Amino acid sequence: MAEIMYWEAIRRAHDEEMARDPMVICMGEDIGVAGGTYKATKGLYEKYGPLRVIDTPISENGYTGLGIGASFLGVKPIIEIMSVNFAWLAMDQIFNSAAKVRYMSGGQLSAPVVIRAAGGAAHQLGAQHSARMEKVFMGVAGLRVVTPSNPKQAYGLLKSAVRSPDPVYINEHELMYNMKGEVPDEEYFHPLEGSEVTRPGTDVTLFGYNISVHWCLKAAEILAKQYNISAEVVDLYALAPLDREGIRKSVAKTHKAVIAEEDEAPCGVGSEVMAIINEECFWELDAPPVRVHSALVPQPYAHNLEKATIPDHEDVVKAVLKLFGKA
Amino acid sequence: MKLKDRKRVLREMVLARRFEERCYQAYIERKIGGFLHLYPGQEACCYGVMEAARPGFDYVITGYRDHVHAIKCGADPKAVMAELYGKETGCSKGRGGSMHIFDVAHRFMGGYALVGGPFPLAAGMAKAIQMKGGDEIAICFLGDSANNQGTFHETMNMAALWNLPVLFVCENNLYGIGTALHRSTAVVDQYKRVCAYGIESDVCDGQDIEVVLEHAHKAVEYVRSRQGPYFLELKTYRFRGHSMSDSRGYRTREEEEQWKQRDPINILRDRMIAEDKYTMAEFEALEKEIDHYIEHEVIKFAEESPDPKVEELTKYVLAD
Repeated sequence: MAEIMYWEAIRRAHDEEMARDPMVICMGEDIGVAGGTYKATKGLYEKYGPLRVIDTPISENGYTGLGIGASFLGVKPIIEIMSVNFAWLAMDQIFNSAAKVRYMSGGQLSAPVVIRAAGGAAHQLGAQHSARMEKVFMGVAGLRVVTPSNPKQAYGLLKSAVRSPDPVYINEHELMYNMKGEVPDEEYFHPLEGSEVTRPGTDVTLFGYNISVHWCLKAAEILAKQYNISAEVVDLYALAPLDREGIRKSVAKTHKAVIAEEDEAPCGVGSEVMAIINEECFWELDAPPVRVHSALVPQPYAHNLEKATIPDHEDVVKAVLKLFGKA
Repeated sequence: MKLKDRKRVLREMVLARRFEERCYQAYIERKIGGFLHLYPGQEACCYGVMEAARPGFDYVITGYRDHVHAIKCGADPKAVMAELYGKETGCSKGRGGSMHIFDVAHRFMGGYALVGGPFPLAAGMAKAIQMKGGDEIAICFLGDSANNQGTFHETMNMAALWNLPVLFVCENNLYGIGTALHRSTAVVDQYKRVCAYGIESDVCDGQDIEVVLEHAHKAVEYVRSRQGPYFLELKTYRFRGHSMSDSRGYRTREEEEQWKQRDPINILRDRMIAEDKYTMAEFEALEKEIDHYIEHEVIKFAEESPDPKVEELTKYVLAD
């Protein structure tokens, strides 16, 4: 088991899948000759050539639609959208074509594309380059949405996404590409559904996904050491479909829940997890669940304002203490 | 065209016309719901191009005025009508409706309801064809107003850049819903708009199928021999409104009457009659026979087919 970076894990999954199947291609802005903004496709252009590693024009809706059309005929495109903010321009093709074509054709046609996008607030990127849009994708029938919190998941989820007969949206995070973690040396496929108990606990469940899993883990550490609270961390790496049973099981065990997300609160992952808790295990609760989320503002540029907008592990700790009547 | 082919295609166009007129009636009777965009007036466009291409072999994609394109590719008119009736036997199993007719077995890759949406999908299919190395081409039939979408420009650029085997057929019926072309579009000649991307293009009358066929042969040959993408503009007219709730206040009855003088079915029929190769009596018998077929087979099938099962509501959202 080697320790590699998040971007290396994604690159390895690309490479293995492209070596295995000549119909697997990748496309996006700057992914070929330039090697990819986050290096996720580094060296692939040299190895597989311009017909399979396609530097696209800056035409998000166009090239996403082109990838979807190619998938109709058995090509397996891995489409990189450089920043999730640009995915808004491709929403027409993702939602109207990829997500709906299987249904509206009565199962005759499908669009098994993989769409990877880097999202999240990085360092002072401002209002139009800091979006977290997973909540938009997860509400659309016909799409699978996954979001890796570590290199192993980044590798295994992309591998599974390429093999999936459904369109899969993979939500990555700009701050996580250089994160290190262990990835199996042998081929590994991560399930596209379910959730993972990353740290078992008994007193409260901290639900996170992608970067917020790390806030939860850090918060759990502090809660254990300083407050003698045993927090269970559940990694919701699959956002669509959400793991209702996994959510229920953990809440039935701890009877308290905090949901941490980098996105704004309205209609978000937190809202949805809370609704599931209500529907699945309301009577297991000892206290109302609490959400940790960003402020509802277009991302500000100024460093102090940005910091005030985006939550972190301290906000998770505060939320737990509030839940325990200690704050 | 040879007489045999003329007669065959006349028959096909009459079927398309009567099919669509019967849809109109079924819509009034509330047998068909939703939106319904009918094709009468434009038949020579689809039939002319597809006579030059290979229906069932080449991949065809279009917008929401899609019934006739599906039928020409090989879809069973019964399955198309059943789809409009929302039945399980419909060609999209009642999940699609008028705007989403699919028959993938015949390589009719669907009707899509976002104006301009199929442009990149068509180019993508061409990309797949290019990778697989087959002899097929992708054909994208859309209207004039689709050319005002960003997808038009984005796709023309990529199709030219990567030399994709795709034929774009622009059925220019002069109106985008209820707005005249010259009121929405700075350059009215659509074939000129692709010059900016270095794409070969042509324009011709879309009412005379033999004219369309001649130009389409050139276009199809160009794309099939892998010289690049191609854009063919056909000047045509839809006799009915954009959809069913359309009072046609944006155009005059005189203009409509002028175009009806150029009915694609009558043009072919009258030419054959003028050449003493066909008679009005034959044509009347043909219409009668086709009406009988539509009533007693197509409509009957749609009427008698079962509804989709409500228990299967979520089938086809994701793969099983």
